[in-house]
Amino acid sequence: MEKTASRINDDLLRPVLETSPRFYLAVVLVGLVAALGFVAWGYQIWNGIGVAGISRPVFWGFYITNFVFWIGISHAGTLISAILRLANAGWRRPVTRCAEAITVFALMIGAMFPLIHLGRPWLAFWLFPYPNERGLWPNFRSPLLWDFFAINTYLLGSFLFLLLPMLPDFALVRDRARGWRQRVYGWLALGWEGTPRQWHRLETAMHIMAVLIIPVAVSVHSIVSFDFAMSPVPMWHSTIFAPYFVAGAIFSGLAALILAMALLRKLLHLEEYLRTEHFSNLGKLLLVMSLLWFYFIFAERLTVWYGNDPAEMAVFRATQSGPYAPLFWVMVFCNFLLPVPLLTIPRLRTIASTVVAALGVVVGMWLERFLIIVPALAHKFLPYSWGTYAPTWVEITITVATFAGMVLLYMLFAKLVPVISVWEWKVGRHPLAEQRAEISPAVAKTVAPEGSA
Amino acid sequence: MNAIYGVYAEPASAQRAVEGLRAAGLPETSLLVLSAEPWGEYEFGAYRRHSRMPWLAACGGFLGGVVGFALVAGTQQSWPLRTGGMPIVTLWSAGIITYEMTMLGAILATVLTLFVSSRLWPARQPRLTDPALADGFIVVGASEPPDHLRAEIERRLREAGSEGIKTVPGSAC
Repeated sequence: MEKTASRINDDLLRPVLETSPRFYLAVVLVGLVAALGFVAWGYQIWNGIGVAGISRPVFWGFYITNFVFWIGISHAGTLISAILRLANAGWRRPVTRCAEAITVFALMIGAMFPLIHLGRPWLAFWLFPYPNERGLWPNFRSPLLWDFFAINTYLLGSFLFLLLPMLPDFALVRDRARGWRQRVYGWLALGWEGTPRQWHRLETAMHIMAVLIIPVAVSVHSIVSFDFAMSPVPMWHSTIFAPYFVAGAIFSGLAALILAMALLRKLLHLEEYLRTEHFSNLGKLLLVMSLLWFYFIFAERLTVWYGNDPAEMAVFRATQSGPYAPLFWVMVFCNFLLPVPLLTIPRLRTIASTVVAALGVVVGMWLERFLIIVPALAHKFLPYSWGTYAPTWVEITITVATFAGMVLLYMLFAKLVPVISVWEWKVGRHPLAEQRAEISPAVAKTVAPEGSA
Repeated sequence: MNAIYGVYAEPASAQRAVEGLRAAGLPETSLLVLSAEPWGEYEFGAYRRHSRMPWLAACGGFLGGVVGFALVAGTQQSWPLRTGGMPIVTLWSAGIITYEMTMLGAILATVLTLFVSSRLWPARQPRLTDPALADGFIVVGASEPPDHLRAEIERRLREAGSEGIKTVPGSAC
């Protein structure tokens, strides 16, 4: 046991305790791309929102597409992690922290886009809800304000959901590190000792948090969908939008999680921890979500086509066979035609093909967000008000930079925190690990000596 | 903290040590068990007292919901603005914010309860750390052991299969 536990510590704490020059080089390169986004944003702030491609009638373009996309990606973590925790799925152990970190970072990036979209971000406080007599934003019936509460609740809840199980690992680093690391991680560990009382409280808290965070996660993307569905815009004003958005968010989130895990596996040499079975299980989930996504888009499209409402049909035609058709069919390919065979046939469901499918889904889901927003705004009820939208270099740069920003945040996270929960991984090796939820303390006393390793 | 403890590679040994210390007459309040991973499936690692955390989470949720609704209703009535033919305070839209604030209240109450009941807040230094903990060993011993029991405690810890007996004198950690 001693050697095994030490080896696990060595493997999982190595990225935290040792830094190679390649890491700094990668941080600089990715950081430069992310910095370009701030340059482009600064250019927009200096010159005004007119440097972006959005204008009448398409007031929502790349920025809101990115907002919806990143909020969707955020569903990877906390939701999936919470479901797997409640289901006591043993294979979740190396996956949960990777997933929860995606949630926090994707929410941080997603929440930036309304600020970028504002054009004058220094007036963002006008959006914040506080009791006031100035009439700045008194309309609590607006879905945009619901976003404020939902996203902030989810961000704070997800951060705490990520933080709590990190405390024992901070303590582990504290006990193994020396010098400034020992001081910093000692402070982060909050005096964690590892008494039975602390473990019991932590597990109880994680269980309650998992129960609470699932409905919050569902509500967040439902509310993002309400930003669209509450508007009388063709193909937006639909009751299917909330579950459609939630399903799409879990879909894209799973894909992002698979990509992140593949990168971590390769770069941090975690092949023994992130194994084929983990990718296979996530691949199966991705397959289910791909089928569900297709079901939703088919139901939505069929209803519009059969209803034959002129305004909705204009948007329908623009996406099926009009100017947006290439993007639409690429989306169908990426979200359905590519992943389904790759993930259905067991012989094809390798790590590499799961990653290819996930990459396709990330591209496809970004296109889906774009195709929900732009064609509908470009083809509203009155044909004389129809228009087009083309992104400028500013929007494209900011979009690319946010992807680099996500990679940068993830790299720094993996450098500062064990990206696989060390104590949860060790618990998975316990002979009675899968039964622990069912064993009462009274029974445990008699079981323990027989079940010892 | 004044302590005497042994480190155990196997949970079964740790279990024997805990039973031995109890048999020696060590009070439960002095029993010391530390590990870098939870051993809830063993008696020595199980914490048998019920937690009020779920109830406190529910109370936090209720409080959050009340605050959320008060914020919505109070703000809208302080500057009445009628939009879309809707009432000034409508349960449909106020319900969403009330719901989010309910969940936020429950989450914060859970975390606060964890921090306080686990003595993580206010933050302090751990009473005892041992490098062996990080390597998967389990620490079992006695904190502030009575002088007349020290020899017996040491014997019991050794008999249970300890990899080594250590003492922490005085207030050192």
